[in-house]
Amino acid sequence: MAAMTREETEALIQEVLEVYPEKAKLDRAKHLAVNDQSLEKANKCITSNRKSLPGVMTIRGCAYAGSKGVVWGPIKDMIHISHGPVGCGQYSRAGRRNYYVGTTGVNTFGTMNFTSDFQEKDIVFGGDKKLAKLIDEIEVLFPLNKGISIQSECPIGLIGDDIEAVAKVKKKEHGKTIVPVRCEGFRGVSQSLGHHIANDAIRDWVLENRDGDDSFPTTPYDVAVIGDYNIGGDAWSSRTLLEEMGLRVVAQWSGDGTIAEIEKTPKVKLNLIHCYRSMNYIARHMEEKYSIPWIEYNFFGPTKIAESLRRIASHFDETIQAGAERVIERYKIEYEAVIAKYKPRLQGKRVMLYVGGLRPRHVIGAYEDLGMEVVGTGYEFAHNDDYDRTIKEMGNATLLYDDVTGYEFEEFVKKVQPDLVGSGIKEKYIFQKMGVPFRQMHSWDYSGPYHGYDGFAIFAKDMDMTINNPCWKNFKAPWKTEAASDAVKAVA
Amino acid sequence: MALRQCAIYGKGGIGKSTTTQNLVAGLAELGKKVMIVGCDPKADSTRLILHAKAQNSIMQMAADAGSVEDLELEDVLKVGYRDIKCVESGGPEPGVGCAGRGVITAINFLEEEGAYDEDLDFVFYDVLGDVVCGGFAMPIRENKAQEIYIVCSGEMMAMYAANNIAKGIVKYANSGGVRLAGLICNSRQTAREDELIMELASKLGSHMIHFVPRDNVVQRAEIRRMTVIEYEPQAKQAQEYRDLATKILHNKNLVIPTPITMDELEDMLMEFGIMEEVDESIVGKTAAAEATA
Repeated sequence: MAAMTREETEALIQEVLEVYPEKAKLDRAKHLAVNDQSLEKANKCITSNRKSLPGVMTIRGCAYAGSKGVVWGPIKDMIHISHGPVGCGQYSRAGRRNYYVGTTGVNTFGTMNFTSDFQEKDIVFGGDKKLAKLIDEIEVLFPLNKGISIQSECPIGLIGDDIEAVAKVKKKEHGKTIVPVRCEGFRGVSQSLGHHIANDAIRDWVLENRDGDDSFPTTPYDVAVIGDYNIGGDAWSSRTLLEEMGLRVVAQWSGDGTIAEIEKTPKVKLNLIHCYRSMNYIARHMEEKYSIPWIEYNFFGPTKIAESLRRIASHFDETIQAGAERVIERYKIEYEAVIAKYKPRLQGKRVMLYVGGLRPRHVIGAYEDLGMEVVGTGYEFAHNDDYDRTIKEMGNATLLYDDVTGYEFEEFVKKVQPDLVGSGIKEKYIFQKMGVPFRQMHSWDYSGPYHGYDGFAIFAKDMDMTINNPCWKNFKAPWKTEAASDAVKAVA
Repeated sequence: MALRQCAIYGKGGIGKSTTTQNLVAGLAELGKKVMIVGCDPKADSTRLILHAKAQNSIMQMAADAGSVEDLELEDVLKVGYRDIKCVESGGPEPGVGCAGRGVITAINFLEEEGAYDEDLDFVFYDVLGDVVCGGFAMPIRENKAQEIYIVCSGEMMAMYAANNIAKGIVKYANSGGVRLAGLICNSRQTAREDELIMELASKLGSHMIHFVPRDNVVQRAEIRRMTVIEYEPQAKQAQEYRDLATKILHNKNLVIPTPITMDELEDMLMEFGIMEEVDESIVGKTAAAEATA
């Protein structure tokens, strides 16, 4: 299918909006747009970070998901208590694939679920005493934990449990960092507010732990990797590149991360932000308070990796700049071999994406490196500044959809007929049943890593095996092929 | 007769628990089988019937036992004066947890355990002062209390509260069968109190079902943790409560209330001289500003 013109894309949006009642149509129209690279600001064409309409089947999460699931959960040597009834923690347990090194249950706790398991009596009489007891029990059973975070589920905000008071008392008693996080699920319009609340909790309860303590020996090449959650090992295949170019990675936030690394972050020279959406708050705070500059980078696909390595290096001296060139050169044979192998198989394939707050723009370059084109993209919980950054990455007249509804996404895919849809588990089987090749772009479909040069090779292989899988040819029943129906007509 | 469920609301401290227990004693004297369900974390709705300090509440016992599923009805249901059945929902100490959820849990427990048996003639819910959240509206939701009695007096805040409670009733009256059944004036001996409450009642579309005069015998009985009817059956006040009980027994005046606006209420209070006309020119002026003016 040829690329759509601006008029065709606009007509498609109008057609899809047609089924909505008047009020919903007005609202949803603001969230759907045709990309125009000439625009400087996204708010001229698209609205984001607004409350979802009831009944439209949004796939957004909640503030608890943003704090516990995204920001805090991957800090591996802390224990994260899901404070409230059991479900929030249990049904999100270990689902995000943020890998870590350690002995689970001894010095790391990433895949375990700790909960105060609220019962009726805890709602009525308050859960603060139970929380205090739970923290004491954790100290006995898991003495090697390096700290505890208290992740509030909805009821905590309703009954007003004073988790801050419990945290302060227990911090004094056990001599460990204990962080209360007010990430009740009903706050905000999506998981995005949970990221912000989690960032603020790190700012208020962790980041200043080593202020005035200069015992940590620093180097001029210290950086922190922020907003890499090590999905399928992403942070590892990123970190190696930074280290090879001569930088010292002091902290990983928060994939495979530790609280000690976070406490040391105010000592670094530059903060490197991968997921801007979830971690820009803390980066801005460190810029203000500690005068640490920060830059965004993108380690998806060789083009963006090279750009990013050079941009990072530009903040350092010639040795690092030479290091960046050396790294790019060194991996050139590898990534050129990947492109040589897969590009002929993927050239011209068209992709539609719908992911969280970063990847809908960040993976575009990786697809383009393989000769593919992203023809539609959208975010679950992005803000305007994310769309500002998206406009330049997407081709003119491509589709943008914010907080897309189940109906809109299906219709767009039916009309645009992409060769691949990249989204999450809730979309996967719908599109596969429609006969559309699909990759999960939150969890890497149990694969990964996709970051870095090593990740690019896996990314390319995964896209190829999905799009060029022979199963798609067998989707149509033999008697429904054109040849078969012609034969039937001939007999009749 | 079919079970009648009544809820008693009113401003905090107006005498809901005392009035409820005394009138329930009156109904029991008439041979009626009654249960009192205290819906207040203070758990003081049944002490005059049980001669007890405070009854063990459902929520407290559930917390001690582990969960509400671990309780049996006989653990929480106590029988007092003239076989009046008593339960207290209970709840947290002030400032923690969620007392409203306690009321919901307790009433669900009573229903599931069959506390509302066929022999009962009346259930009275004695509910904490203001309907601050959904939990305290539990007794007036569908299939619970159908008749609401509001205890009030001639004091301004008591009437504000009564009008607010009427607003709450309207909300549930439209979705279920709950009705305002009358205002009980628990006298504070303010001027023209009976007239005032009758006027308020008629504005709400209801009636003042009884005027309970002030009498020290109530306090004397209360010190002994007894109702007046039990403590001094011959007292004039005992007869007042019997009259109230009889009127409730025969009450057919159940209405969807017509709450009035704040302005209407204030006009009425001014008419009766309880409130002075507000001089708009002095609103928001400090003493210093007035002095220089």
